[in-house]
Amino acid sequence: MSTYTPPTWNNKFVRWFDERLPIVTLMHKELVVYPAPRNLNYWWSFGSLAGIVLVIMIATGVFLAMYYVPHVDHAFDSVERIMRDVNYGWLLRYAHMNGASVFFMLTYIHLFRGLYFGSYKAPREVLWWMGVIILFLMIMTAFMGYVLPWGQMSFWGATVITNLVSAVPLVGGDLVRWLWGGFTVDNPTLNRFFSLHYLLPMLIVAMVMLHLWALHTKKSNNPLGIDCKGPNDYIPFHPYYTVKDLFSLGVLLLFYAYFIFFAPNFFGEADNYIPANPMVTPPHIVPEWYFLPFYAILRAVPDKLGGVLAMLSAILILFVLPWLDTSKVRSATFRPMYKWFFWAFVADCLFLGYLGAMPAAEPYITMIQFATVYYFAHFLVILPALGWFEKPDPLPESISAPVTSQA
Amino acid sequence: MMTIVKRTLVAAGLATALVGPALASEGTGPALHKQSWGWTGIFGGYNHKDLRHGFEVYRQVCVTCHPLKHLYYRDLMKIGYSEDEVKEIAGNYEVQDGPNDDGEMFTRPATPADRFVAPFANDKIAAMVNGGAVPPDLSLMTKARKQGPDYVYNLLHGFASDAPGEPAAWWLKEREHAGEEPVFPETKYFNDYFPGYAISMPPQLHEGIVTYPDGKSPSVDQMAHDVVSFLNWAAEPELESRKTMGLLTLLYLGILTTFLYGLKKYIWRDIHH
Ligand code: HEC
Ligand code: HEM
Repeated sequence: MSTYTPPTWNNKFVRWFDERLPIVTLMHKELVVYPAPRNLNYWWSFGSLAGIVLVIMIATGVFLAMYYVPHVDHAFDSVERIMRDVNYGWLLRYAHMNGASVFFMLTYIHLFRGLYFGSYKAPREVLWWMGVIILFLMIMTAFMGYVLPWGQMSFWGATVITNLVSAVPLVGGDLVRWLWGGFTVDNPTLNRFFSLHYLLPMLIVAMVMLHLWALHTKKSNNPLGIDCKGPNDYIPFHPYYTVKDLFSLGVLLLFYAYFIFFAPNFFGEADNYIPANPMVTPPHIVPEWYFLPFYAILRAVPDKLGGVLAMLSAILILFVLPWLDTSKVRSATFRPMYKWFFWAFVADCLFLGYLGAMPAAEPYITMIQFATVYYFAHFLVILPALGWFEKPDPLPESISAPVTSQA
Repeated sequence: MMTIVKRTLVAAGLATALVGPALASEGTGPALHKQSWGWTGIFGGYNHKDLRHGFEVYRQVCVTCHPLKHLYYRDLMKIGYSEDEVKEIAGNYEVQDGPNDDGEMFTRPATPADRFVAPFANDKIAAMVNGGAVPPDLSLMTKARKQGPDYVYNLLHGFASDAPGEPAAWWLKEREHAGEEPVFPETKYFNDYFPGYAISMPPQLHEGIVTYPDGKSPSVDQMAHDVVSFLNWAAEPELESRKTMGLLTLLYLGILTTFLYGLKKYIWRDIHH
């Protein structure tokens, strides 16, 4: 990782431009010669894949917004018009709709990759924070986006979730009405959600920039979780990781295209093809799959305010994770006990997701409570304690040393 | 890499195994009879003759109560009607237009550029005529219900009796077992598949109620099959072009990804493993 000397650009215009705004040099430094650990596996592709899907979301979203009408009397029909009368409107809409699911899949895998390989530990805490903020913004964006087509689930999902704000002591009621811009979820609500749904992705882009800045300052972690020691441990980003990520992108697009073209409503709820009707409550109000674990935690606490706090804490706790995990070893590969607790945690999150889709009745409530307690215990009890009890396996000397025994 | 995939699956398996017993369904009522619809699967598409027959069922029966508001008459040309036929079909319906130069509203026959004309002027009158329930718009019906096409198909078949207030024998038996009073609304029809079983729509399909253009009168099953096909087309008119484009896209991406894999192998040939 020697210091970087920019090349002299041959093209006159490029040289002229780069002297005034060194963006070509920046690209060269951060995307071409940028040193990356030589042993990154495919789990390291998910970050750039999520970035590409973010671009796809913005591109399809901007075009949808040209035809979408943010008004309670027209929103549903305008989406149907996009589906039927706008050229390739169905493609835009299905790409956007399924894109949201794909985006969350990639981001969750990306996040769990970080958990497994200890990527949140020093010196990458700020990088990790930026990621958690992105997740939070994504959740807000997707929630508001789901309201836009103004189907039954849009309306009732918005009603249930915005009502949570009323749990705030003293000012809760006023706060919800301020949020709604009226006395129920209505036209003003839809309008502001549309405005924010357009705005937040731009903030996500800004956060992604910071995320990458932090990444390139401290460089990537790797499957062994040990620091890079010398030039032998690194390879330049281009062509090695550009081609690897391109191949991953091909696989992702195959997966994504399958849903767009052959099962476009797989992740959706049939009820959202019924226009919003404030007089008829659907029998089950379920959020999109990517919210289910949080929705379950919300319902674990019988008290509304408590539920909201639990749900928020479930995300906020990730901010302090770097200090809750007391083990000095990053990668689970060398942590014989953490490895198992990691998988138990994955199972717990999936279980919570399953429970989030079930009606709020027994035996599910009790199960949710156990799973929620385990969720928090993982962070507050297991991780701090493991640092003391666990005896890590010996770490390899360097990244280039054990390459022959790599999995 | 594979071990991680496997472990995630194991974790998922564990999560479901834990709740397996809780899953035992509360399900009452007969299960849906699944049909094999021609438009499912990656090569699936519509049979335009079925769609036209389905449209006959719609316009001879359902149109008295149900709107189809996301369709224009011109859309019928996509399922094989000629322009003249569409003009003639549209001409059977009246739309309100205006105001004219005298400031008066007036009615005129519909044209291919009009949306399908709704049977009732508003929901209030629709509900009044139909025992308090508004017949829903059908243009998204097969997407707006779980397992939509099978659901609608079964719904049309699932009436216990032609008369209102007469529940099915299995339901009466179930009440008896549960020791409950078998109360069923006098004015509603019993349907095996409708949530709550009490539907305001009378049974619609009877032998001889519809005549197809070839002069034949189809069986109830045939009519249900055809009208569901038509409604699915009404809900997903883009389906055929979507699937064609999907196949080409997958083919293209498949080839591209294979090349990228080769390129990756080639570029990485000197790096570890
Ligand atoms: C006499 C008026 C009438 C006719 C004709 C009619 N329906 Fe209905 N239909 C209704 C009413 C009323 C409802 C609402 C039922 C309720 O909510 O209880 C309804 C509901 C439905 C539903 C929705 C059920 C649900 O899950 O909410 C479907 C599907 C349906 N009809 C299909 C058809 C089809 C197909 C035809 C033509 C073969 C047809 N109907 C003809 C009156 C009619
Ligand atoms: C962070 C990226 C984004 C996410 C996660 C996201 C998510 C969603 C979701 C879940 C829906 C509802 C889909 C449906 O059922 O129809 C939606 C709808 C919509 N989004 Fe986005 N979105 C993103 C970015 C954008 C951007 C940048 C724009 C516009 C500039 C946009 C414009 C729209 C519009 C107009 C709709 C309503 C049309 C429709 O329902 O298809 N989105 N979005």
